[in-house]
Amino acid sequence: MTDTYQKTATVTKAPVFSMAQVAPWVIAVIFLMVLPIAFGSNSAITIMNQMMITIVFALSYNMLLGQGGMLSFGHAVYMGVGGFFCMHLMNIVEANELPIPLPVLPIFGGLFGLGLATIVGSFSTRKAGTVFAMISLGIGELIAACSVIIVAFFGGEEGMPGDRTYFLPFFGTEFLRQIEVYYLIAFWTVLSALLMYLFSRTPVGRMANAVRDNPERAEFLGYSARWVRFFSFCGAGFFAGIAGGLFAINYEILTETNLSTTQSGIILLITFLGGVGFFFGPILGAIAFTLLQSVLSLQSEIWQLYLGALFLATVMFFPGGLAGVLMMHVPAARMGRLGWLVGPYLRTILPALIGIAGLAALMELLFHVRHSATGDTDMTLFWVTFDSHSILPWIVAIVATVGGIWLARQGAPKLRETWHRANTPGAAKTTGGAA
Amino acid sequence: MDLVVINLIDGLFYGLLLFMLSSGLTLIFSMMGVLNFAHASFYMLGAYFAYQISMYLGFWMGLLIAPLIVGIAGAGVERYGLRRVHQYGHVPELIFTFGLALLIEELVKFFWGNNLMAYQEPEILKFALFSVGANAVPAYKVFMIFTSIAIFVGLLYVLTRTRVGMIIQAALSYPRTVEALGHNVPLVFMGVFGVGTALAGVAGVLAGPVLGTFPGMAFVLGSIVFVTIVIGGLGSLWGALAASLLLGWLTTFAASSSFQFADLLNFFGMTRPEDMSESYLRDLWSLTLPQIGPILPYILMVLILVFRPYGLFGKRDV
Repeated sequence: MTDTYQKTATVTKAPVFSMAQVAPWVIAVIFLMVLPIAFGSNSAITIMNQMMITIVFALSYNMLLGQGGMLSFGHAVYMGVGGFFCMHLMNIVEANELPIPLPVLPIFGGLFGLGLATIVGSFSTRKAGTVFAMISLGIGELIAACSVIIVAFFGGEEGMPGDRTYFLPFFGTEFLRQIEVYYLIAFWTVLSALLMYLFSRTPVGRMANAVRDNPERAEFLGYSARWVRFFSFCGAGFFAGIAGGLFAINYEILTETNLSTTQSGIILLITFLGGVGFFFGPILGAIAFTLLQSVLSLQSEIWQLYLGALFLATVMFFPGGLAGVLMMHVPAARMGRLGWLVGPYLRTILPALIGIAGLAALMELLFHVRHSATGDTDMTLFWVTFDSHSILPWIVAIVATVGGIWLARQGAPKLRETWHRANTPGAAKTTGGAA
Repeated sequence: MDLVVINLIDGLFYGLLLFMLSSGLTLIFSMMGVLNFAHASFYMLGAYFAYQISMYLGFWMGLLIAPLIVGIAGAGVERYGLRRVHQYGHVPELIFTFGLALLIEELVKFFWGNNLMAYQEPEILKFALFSVGANAVPAYKVFMIFTSIAIFVGLLYVLTRTRVGMIIQAALSYPRTVEALGHNVPLVFMGVFGVGTALAGVAGVLAGPVLGTFPGMAFVLGSIVFVTIVIGGLGSLWGALAASLLLGWLTTFAASSSFQFADLLNFFGMTRPEDMSESYLRDLWSLTLPQIGPILPYILMVLILVFRPYGLFGKRDV
């Protein structure tokens, strides 16, 4: 990734930890502690658990893609294999009544992921770019195919079930309730995220950035690009294994889908949507994706189409992802000029949103007309129920689409101009002022 | 013996199908340096377009028109998508084609639904041309084999014997020099991308009736096509041909063999355990070659990438 917005290492020696670095972590911990109090329903906790597991997984993926510049099409394998190993461990503990508490289980998943990553990384990290991507795809397909062949380890098509409640009680907790699992996962999420962040600050983590941007130059400085990639790869495998362990604890079953290339594709999508240029990008991506998935999939049958379009639009127009878009505003905010942008933003984004909603309505109408059962002409969209075969909803949708997009295009030049001035030091708010 | 001949024909059929996809993909790779993940999606689009056209105008018009539409769509993707993403570097380009593959699959589901389409070969070719032993060989398969061979010969002729082919070859190696000589290199790139995707479209039109026209057809063939051009050597047309045929025959023979791994274990002096549920090797005892047939190409690719990253015929590193 040749994103230039990634903060480069400062030359001057800064204090090891500044207030600004510690504060986000403290806020995150407090936030995770009080979240179940605000949203205590079972479905909310289920979504939050899924979100946190995805966060760990996406962060580990970004160790490869964002920090190391290695595009992997088979990262789900490390999470899946770590999870399967934890499942076996769970069953062994159950059978032999071993005195192991549940909270340490993800460590073993991580170690197993690390082991697999060490083996694969020993030959796949020799090159970045296309070779690495192809090897990761090959290994991913290979292990995914093995899941139906090696039934003893992967459980075949039914998958591998287990029971988390047979572990040694941990300070009296037996993890029977969702909320207890929530805190377990939250603990591991914060710990893994912190460790991954610290890894990115170590010399190896810094060199990973250098090797990503210019491997030749890094080699001239005396670093082996291959070893640097290898360390990143092993780290990513370890944390993916931890995510797998958390998955095993939360769902108590792993199937072949956990290993599939589809899963690897989804994590690429999540990480890229969130933004690979910043450490917190994948976290945003995981949160946004899980929310989108749980909200949109209830509302629309074609939500994956929207997701694909959103992904493609991100790659083409915002290669920095969500985090990149957010961080674009930092210079303007530093100069206290975010307020300048509010008006033009409203004038452009509001019509654009209406246009997109209109386009989505058109798609939904078309989908309903093509695929609903004959005679079933009633559909509900945006909380309104109407007849999809009558002309009126089509007119409304077309007007909203064309009008919204036209208005947005009208507002765009003004926005661009204001944006430019807000980012130019010394510029006045309106044209004609002192330059 | 009959079985061997039938497998040879089936393998040739599958291999040439792979070649129609991999030839375009490998041309596009040598031109832009990027693997087009969506290549198999254009193959799927070819099949669907041909199905839609064949409902109104018959199979032959579909074979003629559908690849044209696919080629135009491919050229459009290069012009308005890839060229834009190109400035960000190779990895975003790869991610872009990956996203495109996702989107095309969803679009196909959107328009045609999840079911298998009733797309069939033309009536005129629905008969058994000849039979080997008890196995009949459909005329359509033979037609397909000859069409692919004709396309390969035509492609080779255009690339090596015509002025356009010369400019393309020169533009692949020295784009700047060719541009300085007054040729429109971006147009050449767009054209090659269009022709490559159109070839994939032809493959889709021809394969749709045999392998089935459904939204998963791109996914099934997609990664195998990559494996093919990586094994053959990226950018090499002859390598793509050799690897396609190799994989075609490898998978066909593996799928029909009766080899069991239990025989191998017996050969090494191991005895079958009495209680299978306790043994960790129980899967190895019940494993057969047809079961692992589909993963043989991936094993081959990983081995090639580890020991000979240039591929069988490739000249340059991936």
